[in-house]
Amino acid sequence: MLHPIAKAREAAGHTVPPPRPGAEPLATPAPDDVPVLALRGAAVRVAGRTLWSGVDLRIGAGKFVAVLGPNGVGKSTMVKVLLGALPAAEGEVRVLGARPGQANHRIGYLPQRRSFDASMRIRGVDVVRLGLDGDRWGVPLWPSGARRRAARQRVEEVIELVGASAYAHRPIGNCSGGEQQRLLIAQALVRRPQLLLLDEPSDSLDLPHQSAVTALISQICHQENVTVVMVAHDVNPILPHLDQVVYLAEGGAASGTPEEVITSSTLTRLYGTPVEVLRTSDGRLAVVGQPEAPARHTDRHTSAPCAGGGHAAG
Amino acid sequence: MLPAEPVAGPVWSWNLLTDVQEMWSFPFMVNAFRAGAIVAVVSAVMGYFVVLRRQTFAAHTVSTVAFPGAAGAVLLGFSAVYGYFSLCVAAAVIIAAIGWRGGGGGSGGADESALTGTVQAFLLASGFLFIALYKGLLGGPQTILFGTFLGITTSQVNVLLGVGAVVLAALALIGRPLLFASVDPQVAAARGVPVRALSVIFLVLLGAATAEAGQITGTLLVFALMVIPAATAQTVTGRPGAGLTLAVLLALAATWLGLTTAYYWPYPLGFFVTSYSFAGYLLARSGRALHTRLGRTAAPLLNKEATA
Ligand SMILES: Nc1ncnc2c1ncn2[C@@H]1O[C@H](COP(=O)(O)OP(=O)(O)OP(=O)(O)O)[C@@H](O)[C@H]1O
Ligand SMILES: [Mg+2]
Repeated sequence: MLHPIAKAREAAGHTVPPPRPGAEPLATPAPDDVPVLALRGAAVRVAGRTLWSGVDLRIGAGKFVAVLGPNGVGKSTMVKVLLGALPAAEGEVRVLGARPGQANHRIGYLPQRRSFDASMRIRGVDVVRLGLDGDRWGVPLWPSGARRRAARQRVEEVIELVGASAYAHRPIGNCSGGEQQRLLIAQALVRRPQLLLLDEPSDSLDLPHQSAVTALISQICHQENVTVVMVAHDVNPILPHLDQVVYLAEGGAASGTPEEVITSSTLTRLYGTPVEVLRTSDGRLAVVGQPEAPARHTDRHTSAPCAGGGHAAG
Repeated sequence: MLPAEPVAGPVWSWNLLTDVQEMWSFPFMVNAFRAGAIVAVVSAVMGYFVVLRRQTFAAHTVSTVAFPGAAGAVLLGFSAVYGYFSLCVAAAVIIAAIGWRGGGGGSGGADESALTGTVQAFLLASGFLFIALYKGLLGGPQTILFGTFLGITTSQVNVLLGVGAVVLAALALIGRPLLFASVDPQVAAARGVPVRALSVIFLVLLGAATAEAGQITGTLLVFALMVIPAATAQTVTGRPGAGLTLAVLLALAATWLGLTTAYYWPYPLGFFVTSYSFAGYLLARSGRALHTRLGRTAAPLLNKEATA
């Protein structure tokens, strides 16, 4: 296996921006003009069934994107396609200027709904540390003190960033679901990725923590120029932070800025049932009547169709 | 060995130095201590991952398979050592293949465990048949099932040492990615860790380590060295490094104490080793329960440990 730095250099050397003169221009061009994510006419098939198709997406550095849609539509599958774990059935997918799976060392990944039960006797810091150098072979036979200190410092730093210092030294199995989730976000961040793929990160967090985590992710995204793709269930709480949204629905998809996509006509067409988008007096958006598949996840605080109508901005 | 042998055996004198000197004046006891040390270290390190990956059932199956392996080898006129290694590793490969097909990340589903259990029962029965066919086996099935420390030869110690060194070296090489894949397989896979290949390699190493341990503790009591010390260590600490070290020390202590006790007391070695292991586990569990009870002081303890 190549050293990560060497790999990054190699990847950088090969990045040829896909020549698309006719493509819609990026809102703000990425530093090296290569979109972090580029999907063109992408479709995916699982077990012979097309989950979604016709997804077009072009996302630059430092953008916050949400992937939305009902249960089972293929949101997690899209994340797997971006990681190269599953091939796209049609179209073209480029991630960080390379084929999916080629640049995974520059991606931070938070899988959906992972929890460690009480018998997992390993500390939170160790889980975060694994995100830093868990993929290295061999034992660090008396590594140089400086490197070791730097690694430990980075782990402490990122744990502090997500506000998990108080429980990071406890066995992770003894932490609550929300505490585990924060540690896992720290794990995804620890290598300073250029792209974060977060599959329902606010799952198992209560409302105040949900907005705190979303604000944190948005801050990292905009301050450190990290592109964030966040799969979410409910658009309203994250809407103020979003630069782009991707709506997946059976048989189709819509993507663009929230203003373009979150309209009554687009959502009604996608879902096949009436969906209303309200605009509050101060110009904020709220989605009402978004269909929810029969809840498989009973633990989720079931947001009634028009719950949280207020807290959204456009 | 007969339980109530009145013949004057060695007598414990409470003079530790002379006791140990006397015990080690017999080459077979020195070999037993050497073999025990090798097996304890290898089993404890493997066991740490077995417990973390929740593969105790797989480990149990692999160790059970050693019984027909050893019995069959003796029946065919080979040394039992070959039977231990070949069948344990073969069983590990088969379990890996089943897990692979089932798509399990290691711990396996209901189907896998049912199939493994079925095969395990059949193999145990075969072992019993082999024993019945081969009348002259010294000590009968007890030796293979519950272990012995008599008659460990120097060449056997060398085989244990060689295989143990290979297993430990392989574990050192794959240790970190294996830990990552055991704790967090999805993220590890996304980072390019070959999760499935590691799980196959791990099972093969498990086969080799189990075959080693089975020769000392007997195939039914492999867990005394493979699971109990690791489970005890993980009860005490959440740090991987400290946990591994503690597991090794516990296994070593149980083995050597067990050997010493079995030398002076005419009862089975497997019982003593398992009892010492189990006592340690009980101590750790009750210690932890006490800590949690006493005003929830467990967190400060672990914090202190973290800065140490
Ligand atoms: N390995 C597989 N074999 C067959 N079908 C699969 C497989 N993986 C996923 N699917 C199906 O693909 C569909 C999309 O799954 P996916 O996990 O991407 O949904 P999702 O949009 O993330 O849903 P949720 O909101 O519940 O997380 C589901 O109908 C699922 O049953
Ligand atoms: Mg999902």
